[in-house]
Amino acid sequence: MREGEFRNPSGCAVAGVIDRSGRKMTGADMIAAIEVMHDRSNGLGGGFAGYGIYPHYKDFYAFHLFFESQKAQEETEAFLKRHFEIVYASEIQTRKLPAVSGEPVIFRYFLAPLPRKLANSHLPEREYVARCVIRINSEVAGAYVFSSGKNMGIFKGVGYPEDIGRFYRLDEYEGYAWTCHGRYPTNTPGWWGGAHPFGLLDLSVVHNGEISSYDANRRYMEMFGYKCTLQTDTEVITYIIDYLVRRQGLTLEEVSHVIAASFWSTIERKKEPARSQESLLRRMFPSLLITGPFSVIVGYEGGIMGLCDRLKLRSMVCAEKGAKAYISSEESAIRRIEPSLDKIYSPAGGEAVVYELYRQGGRA
Amino acid sequence: MKIRANGMHYAALNAAVRDSEETDIEISGCGGQRYLGAGLADRKIFVYGTPGNALGAYLNGAEICVDGNVQEATGDTMNGGVIEVHGSAGDATGYAMRGGKIFIEGDVGYRCGIHMKAFLSQHPAIVIGGRAGSFLGEYQAGGTIVVLGLHTDGKPVIGNFCGTGMHGGEILLRCETLNVALPAQVRAERIEGPGSEESAALIREWCARFGRNAAPYLQAVYYRLTPNAENPYRQMYTPN
Repeated sequence: MREGEFRNPSGCAVAGVIDRSGRKMTGADMIAAIEVMHDRSNGLGGGFAGYGIYPHYKDFYAFHLFFESQKAQEETEAFLKRHFEIVYASEIQTRKLPAVSGEPVIFRYFLAPLPRKLANSHLPEREYVARCVIRINSEVAGAYVFSSGKNMGIFKGVGYPEDIGRFYRLDEYEGYAWTCHGRYPTNTPGWWGGAHPFGLLDLSVVHNGEISSYDANRRYMEMFGYKCTLQTDTEVITYIIDYLVRRQGLTLEEVSHVIAASFWSTIERKKEPARSQESLLRRMFPSLLITGPFSVIVGYEGGIMGLCDRLKLRSMVCAEKGAKAYISSEESAIRRIEPSLDKIYSPAGGEAVVYELYRQGGRA
Repeated sequence: MKIRANGMHYAALNAAVRDSEETDIEISGCGGQRYLGAGLADRKIFVYGTPGNALGAYLNGAEICVDGNVQEATGDTMNGGVIEVHGSAGDATGYAMRGGKIFIEGDVGYRCGIHMKAFLSQHPAIVIGGRAGSFLGEYQAGGTIVVLGLHTDGKPVIGNFCGTGMHGGEILLRCETLNVALPAQVRAERIEGPGSEESAALIREWCARFGRNAAPYLQAVYYRLTPNAENPYRQMYTPN
């Protein structure tokens, strides 16, 4: 069964960590953290995003794909060869576990866009790659690109997140930032492609909640060539952030004033220039306001961001210890991997918390 | 009885607490286990670590003391007893509380005291040392919430939408000025001192539990929030 064919009554867990000094850590800590929140998931989805994990291939787009049939793989590879130079391709190494079953064929390709093809497309490189991802996902039956950024990777599937992390051997990868998700699907049965994180290029999103503006958001995004193929709300959040940051040039804080905009009554009470700026953003992108409960962690090259809906209908705590920064649905998950913290606090609804790598040569 | 909770499942931990023949129980290494002390009447539970959501849900007379922060829905539908937190609390603290007392040394998150209610001798109370997030006392129908404002981050003592839908009980905010918007149906009155012997007793108890001298808190300026009887809800779901 696929997303959209069935409705399942309803929670989720999200967590993220970044070492702002750029020092790398394995995925083992994220697995330990998300395991504390086991009961927020129901075994129907778990996943991780790691940043800085492919240093030897950092100049190539790393595509992770699920294939449900030989035919889907052949069709996809023919498409990839027409559009990219395939620098390296292999099956992603997994560990067989009794707790994880029914996995599709899982492949990884390191790709460089074919220069002539790219030039003829008159598109910026990242737009070219994003369009290829959207084409495969909407046109090749049984194939799904679930990760497409440089020097980062998404790993996900059906199962409890700690099992999915061990299945993908994430203790053998090293990255400066990780995010993860334990799923409790609320509307749909849960399949490998529907697990979180969702990603496009280096952007990844993990999400706890259920947004009520999905269709309004989806219809608006479809005007810009995004195709929502998965019937799940997190996908559209990913595309909204990609659109606002990559194509409209907004900062992440500005994005938060669009998707989790304050109530007009709250904006009116703010001081200038915040009042004018937030009013402008709300007026410019009214169709991208996301309503309903959500807490998300957004991963991107060089940082992570935590954001909750304006009513704070889902929990979130942020913490810091030296160069490391943490975001989680529950404090207990952070304490599991770092018992003594320098600082811990709960952001307000709609308040973006951004943790980024320190700029070279100094501390941010 | 002492229990090392490291990695224990919540069901096993709660069973051990419930089935203990001793009334005093010390839990160390607590990490995310939910529903601790749920429904219990005759226990004194000391928790070291970070207990999970719904700590002391339906608590019916037992006492819980936590050395650390607590997460969401602490004291959910609590009926009696005491929860004392040497730290801060997450969202929806004292959700639908109908008896007993919650003392928080630090801050509370969103929606603290939502749907709190009182009945005959049942008069629930929450005393918060720091500040409260938005929607404090949303739909409050009874009981007392006190916010002492000892936080040092410079933020207002309460967030937005405090007392939305409030129709009973009272909220006391210790602050010199109240620079926040309140619903038209909530009345704010500036008073010297906590206003009643019951509220003074709550503040004295908070001070005793967290080792503070009560005198300055009893003489301070408070804003007392109550439903405004002169401006009732004229229309809620249907005209009436």
